[in-house]
Amino acid sequence: MNWEIGPIFRAVMRNKVGAVLIALQVAVTMTIIVNAIFIINERKELLARESGIDEANTFYLSSSGFGDNYNAQVTVEEDLANLRQIPGVINATQTNAIPISGGGWSMGLKTEPGVENEGVGVAVYFTDQHGLQTYDVELLAGRNFTDADITWRDPVKGDWPQMTILTQAMAKDLFPDLPYQDVVGKTVFINDDEPIQIIGIIDKLHAPWIGWDGLERVMLVPQHLLFDSYRYLIRTEPGQLDRLMPEIEALLADSNRNRIIRNMNSMTDTRERTYRGHSAMVSMLTIIIVVLTIVTALGIVGLVSFSVNRRRKQIGTRRALGATRFAVMRYFLVENFMITSVGVLLGAAMTVGLNIWLVNSFEMQRIDWYYIPIGMLCLWLIGLLAVYGPARKAASIPPALATRTV
Amino acid sequence: MFRYYLRLALLSYKRNPILSSLMVLAIAMGIGACMTTITVNYIMSSDPIPQKSEQLFYVQLDSWDPNSPAREPNDPPDQVTWTDATNLMKAKQAFRQSAMARSGGVVEPENGDSKPFMTDIRLAYSDFFAMFNVPFQYGSGWDSQSDDNRDMVVVISRAMNDQLFGGENSVGKTVRLAGHNFRVVGVLKEWRLVPRFYDVTTGAFDNTEDFYMPMPLKESLELTSNGNVNCWKRPAEDGFLGFLYSECVNFQMWVELRDDAEKQAYMAFLNSYADEQRALGRFERPNNNRLSNVMEWMAYNNVVADDAEIMLWLSLMFLLVCLLNTIGLLLAKFSGKAGEISLRRAVGASRRDVFMQHLVETGLIGVIGGIAGLGLAMLGLSGIGVLYGDLANDLTSMDPKLVAIALGLALVSSILAGLYPTWRSTRVAPASQLKSQ
Repeated sequence: MNWEIGPIFRAVMRNKVGAVLIALQVAVTMTIIVNAIFIINERKELLARESGIDEANTFYLSSSGFGDNYNAQVTVEEDLANLRQIPGVINATQTNAIPISGGGWSMGLKTEPGVENEGVGVAVYFTDQHGLQTYDVELLAGRNFTDADITWRDPVKGDWPQMTILTQAMAKDLFPDLPYQDVVGKTVFINDDEPIQIIGIIDKLHAPWIGWDGLERVMLVPQHLLFDSYRYLIRTEPGQLDRLMPEIEALLADSNRNRIIRNMNSMTDTRERTYRGHSAMVSMLTIIIVVLTIVTALGIVGLVSFSVNRRRKQIGTRRALGATRFAVMRYFLVENFMITSVGVLLGAAMTVGLNIWLVNSFEMQRIDWYYIPIGMLCLWLIGLLAVYGPARKAASIPPALATRTV
Repeated sequence: MFRYYLRLALLSYKRNPILSSLMVLAIAMGIGACMTTITVNYIMSSDPIPQKSEQLFYVQLDSWDPNSPAREPNDPPDQVTWTDATNLMKAKQAFRQSAMARSGGVVEPENGDSKPFMTDIRLAYSDFFAMFNVPFQYGSGWDSQSDDNRDMVVVISRAMNDQLFGGENSVGKTVRLAGHNFRVVGVLKEWRLVPRFYDVTTGAFDNTEDFYMPMPLKESLELTSNGNVNCWKRPAEDGFLGFLYSECVNFQMWVELRDDAEKQAYMAFLNSYADEQRALGRFERPNNNRLSNVMEWMAYNNVVADDAEIMLWLSLMFLLVCLLNTIGLLLAKFSGKAGEISLRRAVGASRRDVFMQHLVETGLIGVIGGIAGLGLAMLGLSGIGVLYGDLANDLTSMDPKLVAIALGLALVSSILAGLYPTWRSTRVAPASQLKSQ
C-alpha cells in the first residue's frame, strides 16, 4: 500500500511553521507530563508506606504537669493503670514521641565503642513491656521487656538502660551481614561508649520523620519518663476510637488538676497532616496533566482544522481524481504522525534533560527508562485522537467542490 | 486609530468565536497556573523585613565535633551553644544583638473560670524589639538592665492580651507563667512575619510567639528548650546546668551591623573569639564562622519549599505550551484573514497599519486571557488553600503587585506570541490574493 510518505513530507516542509509549532508543543507537553507522572508515582509510593502501627485504631495525647503539687511518677503509674483497664482499650504506653508525627529524638548506635567510629542514626521511643501490643508490632526474635526491666528516666540525667529492642531495619543497618536472629544478644554502644544489649527484634515501626532516609530505624527503650511533658499512645479495639478519644481526654484531665491534657490526635489525622504535602502535590500535578493534555489536544485540533479548511479545494480535487475518503483521512493522520514523531523524539530528550535538572536541583530520583517510551506512545495517541475529528471532516469534503471556484 | 483597531479586533473576535475563545482559554490557563505558583513562591521568598534585611545578620560558629562537620560538606551548626550565646551577648561587639531561643510553659490565668494552658515563649534580649522593628500597642520592651538583673518581665502578643486581659492596657499587671509571676511591660500590635525568619529551626512559617521574656531567665528558672537541640558530645555533667553549659546547640544569635565596616569588624571579633575559646579547649575545628544576612539565611535554609519551586518551573513550561498553542491558532486565524488584509492594503493601509491592527487584536486577546487567568489563579490559590490547609497559612493571597504582574505577564506573553503571526499577516501580497477572489 502506498502511504504517500514522500509527498506528505514535502508538503509539510512547505509549511514548516505550523509543523514546528505542533512538534514543539508536543515535545514540551511530553516533557511536563512524563516528569509529572514520574513525580506522582514517586509520591504515591511514599503515601503507600505503612508506619507499622494500627493507625486506624490508635491515638495519642500529651500530658504536661505543672506546679509544686505535681508528682510525675505517681501520675504516670495511675494514668497507665487507669488507661489499661478501660473497656475498649487494647493497650496503652507512655512515650516521648509518636511515629510519623514530625517531632522526636534520635541517637546514634555504634557496633564498636569510640568517637572515631561511625554511628547509625536511630529514632528513640521510650516504652515498657506493653509497647509491642500498643504499637501492634510483631516480635520476630528475642524477647519483650519485662516489668523488672523498666526503669524511671530522670529529665536531667542522661543514663541509658542496658537493653533495647530494635526494628529489623535497624538491625540490618548495624549488622548488614547477619540475619536478624543472630543480632539478638549483640552489644552496641550509645553515646560513643555506653554498652546496650539488643534483646529483641520487631518487624516494622516508623520513626517520626517521614523525610528521613532511616525512617524504619527505631529503638525501643524500656523506661518510663519523669518529665513534665510526655505522651500517651493508646490503641483501641476496632470502632471504639471515636467514642474513647473524648472520654479518655476528659478522664485524664479530671483525674489530676496539676496537669494539662493537650494535642490529642488520632493517627489517621496525623498521617493525613504529615503526608498532606505529598498528596497535595499528587492532586496539583494530576490537574496540570489533565489540563495540559486538553490544551495541547485542542491546539492540534485547531491547527489541523485550519489546514483542512485551507486545503478544501485541493481535497475536493483529489477526491474528484479518484482518491478515496480513507486516502484523504490517512493523509492527515500520516502527516500528523510525522510531525508528532519529531515532537516526541525531541520530547524524549527534553524529558531526560528536565529530569536531570530536577535531580541536580532538588532531592529527586532519576527517572526510570520505561517512562520515556510509554510517554512517547501516549503523545502519539493523543496526537492521533486530536487529528481524527478534523481528518474525518476532511474526508467528508465532496469531490464536487473541485468544480466550484471558491 | 487605536479605537478603530479595537473595534476591528472585537469584530474579528466575534467572527471566529471558537478559535478566539480557544486562544483566550489557552492564555488564561497558562497565566492562571503560573500566577498560582508565582504567588506561592513570591510569598515564600519574600523579604520579611525589607527595611533592615541587609543589616541583620545570623551568626554561625563552628563549635562542632572535630571528627565530622555539623552539616556536609563543611558547614558550621545552624545554632549556637548557651556558652557562646551568653559570651557574645556580654561582649556587645555589634550595634545591636540578641541571642534567642524558644521555650514554653503553662499559663495559669487569674480568672478562675479559664483553664491553664501551654504556650510558647520566645526568650530574647532587650535589643530584640528594636532589631526586628516589633510594633507595640502598649508599653515597650524591657531594657538591658532587666536582662542583666534577670527581671521577671514579659511582653505579650496582642492575641494573648485579648485573651488574658480583654484587650485593655495590661502594662504593670501580673501573669502567672511557668510557675512564676511576671510583670507585663509591653503589649504588641498584630505582628506577622512571613517567613518568620528569626527562628527557622522551629518552622519558617510558624506564628510569632505569644510571650517574650529575658533569655537569662532560662538559667535561673530552668525553662525548657522547645526548639531543636543538637548535640555531638554528651554533657559533662548531669542536671539542668550541665546540659545548659554543654556543647549542645539550641540558640539563635542575631546581630545588627549597619555597614560593611561593622560587618568586617564583627567577623574579625568572631574569629578572635573562636581562637580564645580554642585556647580553652573548645572549638577544635578550624575557624569556620559565618555571618548571613536575612535573605542569605533564608536561602541557606531552603525556606522556599522544593515542591513550590518544582511547581513553578512546571507551570512556566505549561505557559510555554499555551503560548505555542496561541501562536499556532493566531497563524491560522490571521491567514484566514488574508483576503481582508489584502483589501485594506489595496485601499491604502500601510504594512505598519496592518501590523498595528493585528497587534491590538492579539493584545485584546491577551488582556481578556489575563483577566480570565487572574480568576483562575484565585481559584488555584484557594485550591492550594484547601489542599494544604493550615500548612499554607498566609501563602495564598494575592496583592495588587501580583495582580499587576499577572496582567503584565498575560499582555507581554500574548504580544510576544502574536509577533510572528502579525508580521506574517503584513507579508500578504494583496494582488495575488485579490485576483484569486
